[in-house]
Amino acid sequence: MTVETPIRFSPLSEWQDDFAQLPTGLQVRELPYLTQLTLRVAPGSAAAKAVESALDITLPGPLRAELSGDVKVLWMGPDEWLLAAPEGLQDELLAQLRSAIGDEFAAVTDVSAQRTTLALSGHLVREVLAQGCAIDLDPRATPVGSCLTTLLAQAPITLVVRGEGASSVWLLVRSSFASYLATWLVDAGTEYRGSSG
Amino acid sequence: MNTPFRAPGHGHVDRDTTLSFTFDGTAYTGHPGDTLASALLANGVHHVADSIKHGRPRGVLAAGAEEPNALVQIEAPFPEPMLTATTVELYDGLVARGLSGQGRLSSEPDTARYDTMHAHCDLLVVGAGPAGLATTLAAARSGARVILVDELPQPGGSLLGSQELLEGAPAKAWVDEVVAELDGLADVRILQRTTAFGHYDDGLVLALEKRTDHLGAAAPPHVSRQRIWRIRARQVVYATGAYERPVAFDDNDRPGIMLAGSARTYLNRFGVLPGEQAVVFTTNDSAYPAALELADAGVRIAAVIDAREEVPEHWRTACDERGIGIRAGHVVTGTSGIERVTRAHVAPFGHGDLGERQGIDCDLLLVSGGWNPAVALFSQARGTLRYDAGIGAFVPGEALRTVRAAGSADGTFTLSGCLADGVDAAWQALSAISRTGQMIALPTPAPLPEAAPTRVLWRVPSPQEGLDGVLQFVDLQRDATVSDVLRATGAGLRSVEHVKRYTTIGTAHDQGRTSGVMTSGIVAEALGVDVADLGTMRLRPPAVPVAFAALAGRNRGELFDPVRVTALHPWHVEQGALFEDVGQWKRPWYYPRPGETMDESVLRECRAARTGVAMMDGSTLGKINVQGPDAGVLLDRLYTNLMSTLKVGRVRYGVMCGVDGMAIDDGTVIRVAEQEFLLTTTTGNAAKILEWMEEWLQTEWPDLRVHLTSVTEHWVTIPLVGPRSRDVLALVAPDLDVDNDAFPFMSWKDTTVAGVAARVCRISFSGELAYEINVPAWYGITVWKALYTAGSEFGLTTYGTETMHVLRAEKAYPIIGQDTDGTITPQDLGMSWVVSKKKPDFVGKRSFTRAENQRDDRKQLVGLLPVDERVLLPEGAQIIATSDIPAPPVPMLGHVTSSYRSDALQRTFALALVRSGTRRIGETLYVPLDGRTVPVTVTDPVLFDKEGARRDG
Repeated sequence: MTVETPIRFSPLSEWQDDFAQLPTGLQVRELPYLTQLTLRVAPGSAAAKAVESALDITLPGPLRAELSGDVKVLWMGPDEWLLAAPEGLQDELLAQLRSAIGDEFAAVTDVSAQRTTLALSGHLVREVLAQGCAIDLDPRATPVGSCLTTLLAQAPITLVVRGEGASSVWLLVRSSFASYLATWLVDAGTEYRGSSG
Repeated sequence: MNTPFRAPGHGHVDRDTTLSFTFDGTAYTGHPGDTLASALLANGVHHVADSIKHGRPRGVLAAGAEEPNALVQIEAPFPEPMLTATTVELYDGLVARGLSGQGRLSSEPDTARYDTMHAHCDLLVVGAGPAGLATTLAAARSGARVILVDELPQPGGSLLGSQELLEGAPAKAWVDEVVAELDGLADVRILQRTTAFGHYDDGLVLALEKRTDHLGAAAPPHVSRQRIWRIRARQVVYATGAYERPVAFDDNDRPGIMLAGSARTYLNRFGVLPGEQAVVFTTNDSAYPAALELADAGVRIAAVIDAREEVPEHWRTACDERGIGIRAGHVVTGTSGIERVTRAHVAPFGHGDLGERQGIDCDLLLVSGGWNPAVALFSQARGTLRYDAGIGAFVPGEALRTVRAAGSADGTFTLSGCLADGVDAAWQALSAISRTGQMIALPTPAPLPEAAPTRVLWRVPSPQEGLDGVLQFVDLQRDATVSDVLRATGAGLRSVEHVKRYTTIGTAHDQGRTSGVMTSGIVAEALGVDVADLGTMRLRPPAVPVAFAALAGRNRGELFDPVRVTALHPWHVEQGALFEDVGQWKRPWYYPRPGETMDESVLRECRAARTGVAMMDGSTLGKINVQGPDAGVLLDRLYTNLMSTLKVGRVRYGVMCGVDGMAIDDGTVIRVAEQEFLLTTTTGNAAKILEWMEEWLQTEWPDLRVHLTSVTEHWVTIPLVGPRSRDVLALVAPDLDVDNDAFPFMSWKDTTVAGVAARVCRISFSGELAYEINVPAWYGITVWKALYTAGSEFGLTTYGTETMHVLRAEKAYPIIGQDTDGTITPQDLGMSWVVSKKKPDFVGKRSFTRAENQRDDRKQLVGLLPVDERVLLPEGAQIIATSDIPAPPVPMLGHVTSSYRSDALQRTFALALVRSGTRRIGETLYVPLDGRTVPVTVTDPVLFDKEGARRDG
C-alpha cells in the first residue's frame, strides 16, 4: 500500500490569480501553512524565561514583534504571543517548548490552521491599509517591528510592519475571514486600476 | 451663448471653456469654476424653487453652504436629491431642477464608488482662507504633520470673494505662494473639496471629500466619487470663517434678495453680476465694500440703507464719489415683486419707530445684518460660545485643550487680524503638544479705516397693523416666520432649543446658518432677556448633509458585512447547498436535489441520518483549549456539572449558566491530558464564552493557574452520523478500533483519518451512533471528500443545519438561544441531571435556591404534537388553554420554540416552553393560528428513541 501525502488547501489558495491582477504598488501573497503556536505565559516568569532561552530570543513587549529569527514572535496581549515559524514545525516546536517549560506554568497550543498570513508589499500598501485601518502607519508612529491586533475593514487582523512606512506588512487573519479580507483587498485595488502604481 | 450677467475682468471661472447644463427644462451655459447657482445668476435666473409650505418663489440668498433656499434635485448624470445650488460645481451635461423642500431618492442603484480613508496628524486645520493658510504655514514650517481641509475647489476662502490686496497685489498671489510651499512639504496634506462635518471624541474629525462629483459624466468609474476622511488629530484649529446673516423684514424672501457678502463673492469669484439695480440694506460696515465693488463693476446702487445713525466718513466719501446715496438711520420695511423683487420699501427707524415709507425700485436687494462666526464644529467639540455684543454674534469662548478657532470663526473680521490670529492659533496648538511654532512673515493688507460698530438689529417691525412678523421669514427653508417664533414664546417656551423644535427653525439642511442666531435675538427681545444669557442652538453633526452612500463607503454588496466561511465552504457551494446565516457565518442549510422542495430535502437528509449515514460541516462550533494545573477547577466553577473528574480520553456534556442561574451555553468537554481540556461552544457564542471565561479568570480568580486559547478555526469538525457511520469510519480510519467496547460513547481517540492526523470523538447530537471527526482545517476538504467517497456504498448523505435541528429536536436536545431566552434554567429544560448536587459552588448555583427558581409553575420545555399531524406550528406561536380565544388580555401559557416535520415520527412536532409544562403532559392546549385555534397534545419533550437505544448503533 502506498502512503499518499494528503492534499491540503490554504484559505486563499484560490485567490492567486486575483492577487496577480493587483497593481504593482500593491503586491499580495498568501504565506500558507506557517507553523503558528499560541503561547500564554506571564512575562518575566520562570516559564517565560524558559521559552526565551529555548528560542534564544526575548519575548517582545506590547505592540512589538521579534522578527529576527526563524521563529517570529508576535505580541498579542499582556500574557499572549503568537509564534510563527516555517511550515511543518508545529509538532517539533510544541514539544520543544513544552519540554523547556517543564513543570512551570504556561500554555502552548497549536493554532497553525487558525489563521493564514498575507504578505503585502509595494508603495500603495500604506494607503490601501489606511482605507480600512485606523492605525497610524507613519514610520514615526509604527516603526518596523510594530505588531498590532486591530481591524482592517470589518475583519479582525494582526498587522506586523515588516518594511519602513508599511511598505511591506504581514496581515494575519482568521481563516474564516480570509476570503472577506481578500475580497476587500482586491476591491481596494480598483481605485488604482490603470495607474502606473 | 449669451450670459448677460457676466462682469468682464472679474472672477476665477475659465471663460475659454463653455459648459452646457439644463435647469428646470431650460438649457443654459456656464464655465468651469462656476457653481450651479453662479451659472444660473449669470443667466439672470434668480427664481430657483418655491418654498415648502407657502409655495412662495425663492431665489439664491447666499453663495455657500449657508444657502437656505436654492435646493435642487440633480437628475443627470447621477440622480441625487437635495443639494444646494451654491455648492454644486457646474459640469457639462448637468441636469437639475429646483426643489420645493423635499427631494426624491433615485430608484436606480448608485454605481459610483465611495470609500473611506483614515489619516493622522499633529494639527488639523479646517478652512483654507487667510487664517487657515497662516495657521497651516506656521505649523508646517515647524515640521508638524498637518492636514488642511477646505470645502472649496481651490484654496483662498474669503480671499476669492473680495478684491482685497496683500502687499499691494491681489491676495491670490499670496495664496498661490503659500500653497506652493505647503505642497512641497512631505508632512502636509491639503484636501480641497473637503468639508469637515463632525467632531468626535479624542480628536476624531470626519470630513467628506467630493472627489469626482465636479467631473459629471466624465468621472472615471474606478475612482471613488466621494470619500469620508476619518482624521485623528492631536490638535484642531477651526478657521471656518463666518456666515453673514440677514435681517428679518416683511417679504424678505423674494428672489433677488441676497446677502451682501454673497453678492460680492458672485462678482469676485465667479464674475457674475447678480442684478442691474441694487438697494443695499446694512447694519454694519461690511456691506460697503460689496456696494462699491459692485458699483465699480456696473451695478447701479440705488441707495445704501444703513440702520445706523452714524455712517463712517470714509464710506460716505467713497459712496459720494460714485454717486451712491446713503440713508442713515433707515431700514427696509418690506418689498414688492412676485418672481423677483422690484422695489424695496424704506423708512426712517431712528428711535424704534418707523417713519414714513418710501419705495425704491431695484431688482437686487442686498442685506447685511452682521456676521456669525462659523462655530458649528467648535461647538460640536463641546467648545462653549460667548455672546459678543459688539458684533451681535456668538463667538468661541475659551479654547479647548485640543481645539481652538482662528480668524473670523474666532470673531476676528479684518484681514490683518485673521492672518495674525491664524499664526497665533498655530503656536498655541503646537505649544499644547510641546512643539514650537515658526515665525512667519505675514503679508500686509491695504490699510483699512477702523470699523464702526454694528447696529444689532434682528428684525424690522412690520409696518402693517395686525400682521406683525407674519411675512417676516426667519428660516426660509422651513418657511418659519417671526410670528411663528412669537407664537412659540407666547406659548410659554423660553429656551431656544424648545423654540427650535416648536418652529422647526434650524432643522433643515442648512442647520439654521442664517436663522439660528436671528431666532435667539428675536426670542430674547420677545422675552425681554439678554441674548447673551439666552444663548443659541446647539449644533450637531453632521454639519453638512452627507449621503448615506458616502458613509457606507465600500461596505456594500459582498463587503456589507464579513461573510465567514469554513474550509469546506467551496464544496458546499459546488454541491448546490443553500446557506443559512448564523451570525456572520454561512452554514449549509440543506442540500436540495433537483426538483426537491426544502421539506423534501430535509426529510431525505433526516432519513439518511436515522437509517443509513449522513454527515455535516460542524466547523463553526466554538472551540477553546484550557490548559494549566487548575484547568479542572475553572471548569468546575463555570459548568453546572463536575468536569474535574473527567478521565483523559473521555468526553462530557456540560451547561454553563449566568450568575442568575439561566442557561447561557452548552457543549462538550474533552480531557486531552491531565492539565488540558478542549471544550466546544455553540456557533454564535464562541467569542462570548471565551470572554466570559477570561473575565472570571482575570477578574475573580486570578489565582487560578489556567490559560485559555481559542482554537475554533484551527479545526474542521465533521459529525458523521447514523447506524452505518461506524462502517464508513472504519474504511477511512484503518488504525482505529471502532468496536463499541474499544471506542465507547463519550470517549475520543487520536488516529489517522484519510491519512490525516485526526481527533475523533464519539458524541451525538442526534441520538444516533455518531462520530465527530476533527482535523486541521487545511485538510478539511481532503477528509470530507474521503468520507464522502467511502460512504457512497452506504448512501452517505450530506445534511445541513435544518436537518441537524430536526434530529436534535426529536431528542429534545435544546438549542440555547432558540429553546431558551435567558430566563430558562437547566431544570426548566428537564436537565436537572446536568446540575451537580455535590459541588460546593459554581456560577449560577446560588440562584437555583431563589424562591422564583423553585416555583413549580415555571415555564418548562415540553413537546407538542398537533392533533392534526400535518399542521406545522409556526415558531414563536403562542399557546393558550382554551379552544376559543377569550377576550383580551388572553392568558398566554407559553410559546413554540422549535417546530419541524419529522421523518422518523411521520408527522409534525414542536418543542415549547409552557407554564407548568411538565405537569401538563397529556393535556390538550391550543395554538391560535390564522383566526382559529389548533389543538395540540403536550408530551414529554423526547419524542424519539426515549430509551437511547440507538446511540451505539
